[in-house]
Amino acid sequence: MGGAPTDLKLIDERGLRLDGRRPDEMRPLKIEAGVLNKADGSAFVEWGMNKVMAAVYGPRECHPRHLQNTERALVQCHYNMASFSVEDRKRPGPDRRSHEISKILSEALTHVVFTEYFPRTSIDVYIEVLQANAGTRCAGLTAASVALADAGVPMRDLVASVAAGKVANTIVLDLGKEEDNFGQADIPVGYVPRTDEVVLLQMDGDLTREEFDKGLHMAVGACKKVYEVQRDALKRRYSARAEGQEEGA
Amino acid sequence: MSKDVVADLKRDYITRLLAKGMRSDGRQFDEMRSLKVETNYIGSAQGSALVHLGDTTVVVGVKLILGAPFPDTPNTGVLTTNAELIPMASETFESGPPDQTSIEVARVVDRGIREGHAVDLEKLCLEPGKQVWIMFVDVHVLDYDGNLFDAASIGANAAFKTAMVPNKAAGLGEDVPLPVKHQPISITVVKIDGKLLVDPTHDEERVADARLTVATIETGNLCAMQKGLDGAFTLDEVLKVVETSSRIGAEIRSKL
Amino acid sequence: MGSNDSKEAAREIVVPGELLAISSKRAGPGTFSEGGKIYAAHLGIKSVRPDSISVVPLSGQYMPMRGDLVVGKIIGVGSSNWLVDINSPYPSPLHVNEVPWRVEFGETRKFMSVGDIVLLKIVGVDEIKRISVSMQDHGLRKLTGGMVVELSPSKVPRVIGKNGSMIQTMKTMTGCRIYVGQNGRIWIDGELDNMVLAVKAIKMIEDEAHNLGLTEKVKRFLEENQVKGA
Repeated sequence: MGGAPTDLKLIDERGLRLDGRRPDEMRPLKIEAGVLNKADGSAFVEWGMNKVMAAVYGPRECHPRHLQNTERALVQCHYNMASFSVEDRKRPGPDRRSHEISKILSEALTHVVFTEYFPRTSIDVYIEVLQANAGTRCAGLTAASVALADAGVPMRDLVASVAAGKVANTIVLDLGKEEDNFGQADIPVGYVPRTDEVVLLQMDGDLTREEFDKGLHMAVGACKKVYEVQRDALKRRYSARAEGQEEGA
Repeated sequence: MSKDVVADLKRDYITRLLAKGMRSDGRQFDEMRSLKVETNYIGSAQGSALVHLGDTTVVVGVKLILGAPFPDTPNTGVLTTNAELIPMASETFESGPPDQTSIEVARVVDRGIREGHAVDLEKLCLEPGKQVWIMFVDVHVLDYDGNLFDAASIGANAAFKTAMVPNKAAGLGEDVPLPVKHQPISITVVKIDGKLLVDPTHDEERVADARLTVATIETGNLCAMQKGLDGAFTLDEVLKVVETSSRIGAEIRSKL
Repeated sequence: MGSNDSKEAAREIVVPGELLAISSKRAGPGTFSEGGKIYAAHLGIKSVRPDSISVVPLSGQYMPMRGDLVVGKIIGVGSSNWLVDINSPYPSPLHVNEVPWRVEFGETRKFMSVGDIVLLKIVGVDEIKRISVSMQDHGLRKLTGGMVVELSPSKVPRVIGKNGSMIQTMKTMTGCRIYVGQNGRIWIDGELDNMVLAVKAIKMIEDEAHNLGLTEKVKRFLEENQVKGA
């Protein structure tokens, strides 16, 4: 979180943000489930200017073998940014940031997956950021949940995710690129609507306790809306086909 | 790798069908799969294309950054091609640094666009020996059902066509279209049991004896080739592949 | 098989974690209960029975169950067993005591080798999902020739059809020998033209698994495209 250049007004006189959003307004979110052929499950998320694809393979035999857990499946997220996804070309391959994101996303998803049903296996979740514009870990987590469900993986619920933050001394939802670069704080949140639990939480910047409280609640409120979009994407994927289901043998 | 386990069992079926003049997906031997191209797909790149070739999906991103030319070519911009065969796209791809397969894909795509002069690299020189545009062509494979060479080559050409040189951001005046010169399109043919098949699926690639990729430009001239796999082609077959590739390449070029 | 209300309910697609019922019904397959409520455990179609509620999957890996008939492929040979890939996350050893031949120690290779296709039965699944398979039952055998097509294991019931009606139709009308494994692998052998027809019919079932009157539709397709003499 750096200071804004003096000529950049993150919030104007009317209380609107650079892209015209109100403080508690999310960027437009679109989710499509089942977009890839080879993966067992997949989802594509367009969120503002972010484009993120998630794909799931598994449960399958766990490699490397020494990671196998005899009691449960291992949920392994692999977050990766395409080299053309950011302004300056990114060197291909994972860096320290993507390793960290992969780890926390794996942990967040493990909480909702019935891993005990699949001892000794691995459930691999690949998240590819094709176009990045702040909030890719939240978009990735949101996409990954839908891809897991699309793959038929048993879960306690979906994880919905969005960030709150602070720009120009105001608590705002779903930071955009400039807000992320020049704002005062960022709080990515991953939330399980059914159980009202937080499974992903990071924060950087400077916040009073009151501000944090407000930001967290703002993010959680928005996660419930994200969840509706996730649910809708999954239902849409099959609804056309499900017309007139007949009983199987 | 469970899904790939039965792939080799299809060999007999595929060859029996070929003997009767049929492909397992119903295509003619010289028929490409359906092709869908969406350009300007990635806002953070100067040029880009999303390509669906049958069930194969690739994204090609073109980025230009300022840098120094190679000492032996002080008057030309730099072209760098990279291919990421990420595990999202197939159970057969593994994470980690590029392996031989992805390096071959990148190099074959690179050869087509370099030798076919897809982009006039001399126009990407700003100050000889000092400053040029370095053009990165990044191929990101999302869904793999065979024939990455052609999907990537088509994607690169489509991306060039709509790419802009980012002069403005570099303080060099207005953005201008990338200086596109030719459209070298590569077409890949595999040989299975003596039959020549255009645009192989993954199943077909797995049982193919030999593979030949031929890139041609508008004039019908050849600009790059790559023979792969451990089988061989007769001279007649090579000439036939060249004829087919140049004919189909022209059809695709007219659609871009 | 289904009562009226199950037919109505069958149309409803549910997502993981979705509340299905607050009731005393039994939480059936594809569901879980928590605090007296029953939720969907995976994406699928809600199915309500008088005494229970379940979710029929629309996707997912094959999870071996005791008694399942599966099409496997030998992927390894030991001195007293073969290792079989059954399209589940767990490869399973097939012990020499579980085959219909008398196999001396170290002579496994004389009977089956890597790449062979076998029709097996799951005879046991323990708590850490170790699988036991057997080839000692009526009809279980090594399958030679033919080819294997794969589809989502969740669609296998549709390929089999009500009381085996779909698979019987396919066998009769194509003259092919067909074995459907619960693991989503289907072995087919016959005249080439008939195999092509059978493969198309299976593809049709896969694409339209949830459409009404599928059996009739597939039957019509097979009739219209039937190879003469089949």
